[in-house]
Amino acid sequence: MSKLIASSVIAGAHQFVSEAEEKLQQAIDTAGPEADINLPNTGYYLPVIYGLTGMKVEKIKDMEAPLAHARELLPEGPAERLWTPYLGTALDAGVATLFACEIIESLRYVLEPGFYTETDAPTEDNLWLGAADDVIMRERGVEFVDGTAPGFAAITGAAPDVETAVQIAQELKQKMLYVFIAGKDDGVSFAEQLVEGGVELGWNTRLVPFSPYISGHIWSLGFATRAALAFGGVQPGDYRNVLKYNKDRVFAFVLAFGRVTDRKYAAAAGAISYGFPTIATSDIPEILPTGVCTYEHVVSNVECDDIVARAIEVRGLKVVVTEVPVPVAYSPAFEGERIRKGEYWVEMAGPKSTGCEFTEIADDVEDGKVTVAGPEIGDIEQGSTVPIAIHVEVSGRKMQKDFEPILERQGHTFFNEAEGVLHMGQRDTVWMRISNRAKEAGFTFEHLGKIIHARYHADFGEVVDKVQVTIYTRQEDVERILEKAAKAYHERDERLGSLTDESVDTFYSCILCQSFAPTHVCVITPERPGLCGSYNWLDGKAAYEMNPTGGNQPVPKGETVDEERGQWSGVNEYVKEHSQGMVEAFNTYSMLENPMTSCGCFEVISCILPMCNGIMTVNREFKGETPSGMKFSTLAGSVGGGVQSPGFLGHSRFYMGSPKFISADGGIKRLVWMPKELKEEMREILEKAAEKAGAPDLVDKICTEEEATEESEVLEYLTKVGHPALEMDPMF
Amino acid sequence: MSDSEETKPKKKKEEPRAKSIDPAALEVIAKAGAEGISTVFSRVDEMKACPIGAAGSCCQLCAMGPCRLVGKNAEEKTGICGATHGTIGARYMVRAIAGGVAAHSDHGRDIARTLLAVSKGNVQGYSIKDPDKLYRVAEMMSISTDGKEMNDVAAEVAQKALDNFNGVAGDELTYVSRAPQKRQEIWRKLGLVPRGVDREVVESMHRTHVGVDQDADHLLDQGMRTSLADGWGGAMLATDLSDVLFGTPKPLISQANLGVLKEDEVNIIVHGHEPTLSEMIVAAAQDPEVIEYARSKGAAGINLAGICCTANEVLMRHGIPPAGNFLHQELAIITGAVDAMIVDVQCVMQALQPLAEKFHTKLITTSPKAKIPNATHVEFDEEHALDIAKDIVRMGVDNYVNRGEVAIPQYTGDLVAGFSHEYINYMLGGKYRASFRPLNDNIMNGKIQGAVAIVGCNNPRVTQDEGIIYLVRELIKRDILVVQTGCAAHASAKHGLLTPETMEMAGDGLKEVCEAVGMPPVLHLGSCVDNSRILTILSQVVEEGGLGDDISDLPVAAICPEYYCEKALAIGTYAAASGAYVVFGVRNPVADCTEVVDIMSNGWEKKVGGQLVFEPENEKILEMVMSHIQKKREALGIHEEKERVLLDMAARREL
Repeated sequence: MSKLIASSVIAGAHQFVSEAEEKLQQAIDTAGPEADINLPNTGYYLPVIYGLTGMKVEKIKDMEAPLAHARELLPEGPAERLWTPYLGTALDAGVATLFACEIIESLRYVLEPGFYTETDAPTEDNLWLGAADDVIMRERGVEFVDGTAPGFAAITGAAPDVETAVQIAQELKQKMLYVFIAGKDDGVSFAEQLVEGGVELGWNTRLVPFSPYISGHIWSLGFATRAALAFGGVQPGDYRNVLKYNKDRVFAFVLAFGRVTDRKYAAAAGAISYGFPTIATSDIPEILPTGVCTYEHVVSNVECDDIVARAIEVRGLKVVVTEVPVPVAYSPAFEGERIRKGEYWVEMAGPKSTGCEFTEIADDVEDGKVTVAGPEIGDIEQGSTVPIAIHVEVSGRKMQKDFEPILERQGHTFFNEAEGVLHMGQRDTVWMRISNRAKEAGFTFEHLGKIIHARYHADFGEVVDKVQVTIYTRQEDVERILEKAAKAYHERDERLGSLTDESVDTFYSCILCQSFAPTHVCVITPERPGLCGSYNWLDGKAAYEMNPTGGNQPVPKGETVDEERGQWSGVNEYVKEHSQGMVEAFNTYSMLENPMTSCGCFEVISCILPMCNGIMTVNREFKGETPSGMKFSTLAGSVGGGVQSPGFLGHSRFYMGSPKFISADGGIKRLVWMPKELKEEMREILEKAAEKAGAPDLVDKICTEEEATEESEVLEYLTKVGHPALEMDPMF
Repeated sequence: MSDSEETKPKKKKEEPRAKSIDPAALEVIAKAGAEGISTVFSRVDEMKACPIGAAGSCCQLCAMGPCRLVGKNAEEKTGICGATHGTIGARYMVRAIAGGVAAHSDHGRDIARTLLAVSKGNVQGYSIKDPDKLYRVAEMMSISTDGKEMNDVAAEVAQKALDNFNGVAGDELTYVSRAPQKRQEIWRKLGLVPRGVDREVVESMHRTHVGVDQDADHLLDQGMRTSLADGWGGAMLATDLSDVLFGTPKPLISQANLGVLKEDEVNIIVHGHEPTLSEMIVAAAQDPEVIEYARSKGAAGINLAGICCTANEVLMRHGIPPAGNFLHQELAIITGAVDAMIVDVQCVMQALQPLAEKFHTKLITTSPKAKIPNATHVEFDEEHALDIAKDIVRMGVDNYVNRGEVAIPQYTGDLVAGFSHEYINYMLGGKYRASFRPLNDNIMNGKIQGAVAIVGCNNPRVTQDEGIIYLVRELIKRDILVVQTGCAAHASAKHGLLTPETMEMAGDGLKEVCEAVGMPPVLHLGSCVDNSRILTILSQVVEEGGLGDDISDLPVAAICPEYYCEKALAIGTYAAASGAYVVFGVRNPVADCTEVVDIMSNGWEKKVGGQLVFEPENEKILEMVMSHIQKKREALGIHEEKERVLLDMAARREL
């Protein structure tokens, strides 16, 4: 820390703490000390304060203690000459700034209702989203975990002009990073520049406008703090590990455009404690020695052209980007972009037409050959809908029939990562759009084939030697391919249905998440997919074949320890070793004894309802109260981070339809409550499973929030409808 | 290792060496010379060191001798009992070490006894100033604190500390467990783990008695074990318990040198070593009633200053300015401005009283362990500590009116002191990210090449402060972080090297780190017992990771350029036995005992990874230390610039 920076940090921190004190007094005067403070749908209170101090702020008066602590942390600035060390004190001032900023920004929800949109994208008249809720944090967390988003850039200030802003945002997205924006320079914000440049903002496009104020970057750090608590299994208040987790695993940095004020220095000092360095365009002093951050702490005078590359290097990040020969930008950061009616040149398949995508092994494959049979995009009128069949033929010495659907399903990701291409559904429910801009940039149907060719080689090069793609856009051709594909889809379903845990002697692990949840191990069996819903047993098998040293490894079952609960010696050994001894044993089919741990990416959580002799299952999108007395966000706090919590289980949606769904505890008949939305989405799968379990009318007897959210009321409802759980043996 | 200067007659023809490089000292030495006042600086010219004893060739352990092993074929000669040069030299070293350990550790024991008295409430003026540290110390001592009153914890800590002296703490001193695991294993394997401070000192005295242990290597092992009882015992306990009682130091600014004495105030100097008394003197000197009393005598106030390690204790915790180091004790009196000099134990010259009698200064001895003929003795005890301290200060005040001519040399150096190991840990990351990581990282990336402790005394046989200042300047220029304690720290303070502005004199890498942290490139860690802080820091640096797994792997060294006393040899030995490369200046006290010289250098390096060597030439010391650091950097593989490691997801999973 140069002395100049330390002086500015400390001055800025004093300003923030004073502002927070004023705002808090104002809130006490107007709303009263007992008024609730609720950030949107989170189980982590004010996450930075909660993560670093363990203090739970639930009411306005609860802000007094952390703010008093911030005041205590505030040092005097360094003397003109003969100064005493200022790095430690300036970093303390940075942390004080964070506490003050979190209080200032959280109070907006009380003092300035409507200041934030509380949505995941800007509204017509408001750009500023405010705090990310836990749903966003967990959904996006998966991307941070699997590496499709290695980190985030926290931007403050404004680029020299709109064009540069757009250019930098694009570059950051191509490096797969999230872009969090707060604060202005000279009244202009980077987010406003992007809007002016016609760029779509919101969580989906990874360009997140948090706040017009620099203090709003507290939402960036709140996101980072929750990552440590949710995925890293760090306990609230264990500040050392919250910060170390972020330094080691969350590759974030601050980009400061324009003038750096005392307040910005103060906030940047807070970020440095997280290991997030600042890269500035202006000519400010630098802090180059290593230590608190992995490499430099402050790097300045960086040209806008170089800033993204420089930032990535300073943060010590390696981003591997697959080169795909298309005339539009290509990166996972474009996956969430939406293309609305009026914005697309052409729509393919979907509800108004027909189509499919179909990948199969073939002989005589000519690698790199892409054929468009039928009209190309240039032959099509703007705004029309056409049928499409994307037929991919592959060959390779190590290619197996079982890998066909895995490759095929990846088309969804591969297409979406191209800017201006939207892909939904799979198989014969595929639905795609190509934007006007992409068309204008020269994107054609042929490029869809090139994307497949490039990505199959990049991602599946171990098993695929040759890839040839034919794109049909004439109705009769599409129908011909569809007919052939339908047969294959049916065969694949049969094959998947015949795979049981008993029929194989090897499971597959998934430790992809260990970049984020270092002690969590997923064991994927044919009848129990990974808890994030992204990986089934075949995926694990294929991933291992393709990358024998990767995150998916074969786990030989070994001796059976407990057949009913699904415990095998080989699995235990593997889990013990790879959880660094944290988990000695686990039962695949029980949530009561030694249940499987989770990273934090689970789609749903099941938890026991003791009075009802059953369990409830809640999905992460459900924001309401549940009969367990906890919302999803709170429940999630007790299951993530690689910890075994008997009675609680994070799992995939699909697992609910498996015959092995908590089979040792009584199976699906234990399911007594779930959110209405989840129930309807899962109805078909649940009904099939219920029928197999001998309770064909079970699904209608499952209580939802419409009937009850108190456990005693749930019990009344169950009694009324005669839910089978009540007749079963006691769960304990 | 070359012989001492005094043994070479040809040196006599050379130009007389400067007495000091400190202008304040030179001014007063000149005054003394002009007035015919005898000082250590004049006496050293009047008496050459005995050349036989100076090189370790004299044995006076029994009445069959003294035996001197000199002359033709000196190396083959033995004492009357048959003792070889090796045995005589080793016995000398072991006895010197035992003497030094006894001094530091007796100091530590007194602090422990004070803490015990505080816990029982049998004291006046003392309290537990740093309860957090008390609890940390309790934890390190495996004393459970659950649900206990603070005083009960303090009593247990004090008792456990006392047990370390008595040797009833078990087979190993408690703090041995603070060393890196590998270091502990080395000690255990060699049987070097001290079993009790007193026990090791007693055994050393026994084994060096005539007719007992007569194997140089075996004797020197006992020397190492005894020294470790100081570094990881008496001294470390003294440091920790002083922090508990008087507060853990953090940075503060002050000034050093004779210029801190004030013409219009009552000047009281605390001189000696233990903080127990000086803490109370500080309190008494700030007492409004006492200050008022001083005013009533026509003084503008009471000005407290220190000399030797007492100065360091009150500097580190209160910013009381040091008036100078060991060789300044007489010079301070010669200014005519010192109204009282309060002394306790160690490094207090008997010459002070006859000198004080030439001026108005009142020399007050206070320790029940140390009296000086004709000095005023006011015996100090903890039960009436503050009352006694006030009485003593009042004696100084009363003496103010007796002043004659006053000539205070107007030289001071600004300084920043107060670098406890706890603060260094804090300053590198703040409360939330405190750790030694940044230090390790910057040593690994070469911005800091290594760290060197420049510690110890003054010795009138060499130019005062010259070696210390030369080495400090040259080392920081070479990107070596310097840490200091004792009188060596005062030398740097007087010459303004303990200021953050000194970073301008440092190499680019070190300067960059100093600028980032806001620290001087030369850190003042405290008194001589606070050399134990260096052991703690080195252990924590090892634990932090990336620089090997033992202290002997680190690119560090220790230099005692102007040593004079047994305590210095004790410290040097425990540093070497802990794995450090240690160089002493002045002369080799066992130069003639080649076997001993070889054991302490090559032998110890093989055994414990550290060594103790002697080299009078400062330029040579610099070269030796730099080459040692380079050797260690090479062994660690950090001597070349590494490419930046960029992490992808797979790499993050491996973390």
